[in-house]
Amino acid sequence: MSIQLGGVCEPGTTRVNKTGAWRTFRPVYDYDKCIKCKLCELLCPDMAVLPRDDGFFEFDYDYCKGCGICANECPKDAIEMVLEEK
Amino acid sequence: MTVIRTLDKDKMDVAEGSYAVAHAVKVCRPNVISAYPITPQTHIVEDLSQFMADGEISNCEYINVESEFSALSALVGSAAAGARCYSATTSQGLELMHEVLFNVSGMRLPVVMTIANRAVSAPINIWNDHQDSISQRDTGWIQMYAEDLQEISDMTAQAYKVAEDKDVMMPAMTCMDGFILSHVYEPLVLLEQDLVDEYLPAYEPEFTLDPKNPLTFGAFADPTAYTEFRYLQQQAMDNALPKIEEAANEFYEIFGRYYGGLIDEYETEDADIILMAMGSLVGTIRDVVDKLRAKGVKAGLLKVRTFRPFPAEAIKNAIKDAKVVVALDKNISLGLNEGSLFTETKASLYNTKVDVPIVGRMIGHGGRDIPEKTIEDIVEEAKGIISSGINTESKYADLKEELL
Repeated sequence: MSIQLGGVCEPGTTRVNKTGAWRTFRPVYDYDKCIKCKLCELLCPDMAVLPRDDGFFEFDYDYCKGCGICANECPKDAIEMVLEEK
Repeated sequence: MTVIRTLDKDKMDVAEGSYAVAHAVKVCRPNVISAYPITPQTHIVEDLSQFMADGEISNCEYINVESEFSALSALVGSAAAGARCYSATTSQGLELMHEVLFNVSGMRLPVVMTIANRAVSAPINIWNDHQDSISQRDTGWIQMYAEDLQEISDMTAQAYKVAEDKDVMMPAMTCMDGFILSHVYEPLVLLEQDLVDEYLPAYEPEFTLDPKNPLTFGAFADPTAYTEFRYLQQQAMDNALPKIEEAANEFYEIFGRYYGGLIDEYETEDADIILMAMGSLVGTIRDVVDKLRAKGVKAGLLKVRTFRPFPAEAIKNAIKDAKVVVALDKNISLGLNEGSLFTETKASLYNTKVDVPIVGRMIGHGGRDIPEKTIEDIVEEAKGIISSGINTESKYADLKEELL
């Protein structure tokens, strides 16, 4: 691979850069509280909230940077930010 | 080869510097012009606006923006979309563009911008020196400085030619002294449309932003690749050195006008004392050199026309046989007490066999007039350096002690 002029590249190449390792806190759903309102999916700046067939959502931890917007905005406090530990 | 002008009097006009530049931009057939007014650059974009209103520039968008930051940012997208882009600015406006200057260069977009050089605030001062563009020297823009109106006009086409070269693809600033050139009227040949069409091919970039063929511009580069991006930018600057010479030579063949490429020399061949300078000051020095030569003083002039990429080799060859060199600077690096032409010339000679004494004299800051007497005094002092060595390496040559 060599660098193209000005770094021009095919679209979608950011998929290669998995940014999940930047995360300090990981969001975790409490599906008993979740009302499937979709706010977390709408507000996620990294498109790291993925819909499931059953109407609930799950996090794509390859790209979630742990910003916590979803947990902050969740009207039912159904998302907990848990410290990442080895 | 020194300055050559075979000017056809039937083709000559008398025009203001800003108009000459605006006309030059027009005949280079730009596709996007972004405009934000700031003295002493405003006349350029005003004249271009008039050309637009009169329907004289086809296939072109003229964008009024809300700041210089936006002016250049608008051109990032436009240039990526394949447009030949132009803007003009000066002083604080150029400094506001600082961040975007790096982006344009890093994304390898060959934008051309005229700088009507002006001092920077504070204290506020709208007159000429080179502090504004010199402060942007590390942003990855080609920088060229013009001596007079014919040159800044012609330099516009040369700048597009070099910037858009596939081996260069770097943005360029063409610098003209604010007021001294931007607002003065001189007889000149306005850049000829038919000849420019022959000289400057249409801009056809390798990559363009196009919804039909999506590409990512300006993606990030992490530590595994960033160094190589910077290396490639430097390589492009190295490539620009011969391209600037070629662009000047080719311009001469087509237009019959020549001002040097990287540098130009005047009476340097047997000169004991060589004065180096950039911009309109060069014209004053030319006259002083003539006067001194008439009195038997072996003085010469080295005009540095291209400051980035820095033509170290060409400068070295021009001054290697002199007995003393004086670099004149309309800028200062505060904390070093040197102007950049002096610092860089001195630095580029250090690991060479050339051992010419070189001193720096800063003059003409904030628009202070530079009469011939100031240059003559500098030459007089330089004579002393030949006989008894350097006393003061760098200083202001026109300081008013009574104000301190």
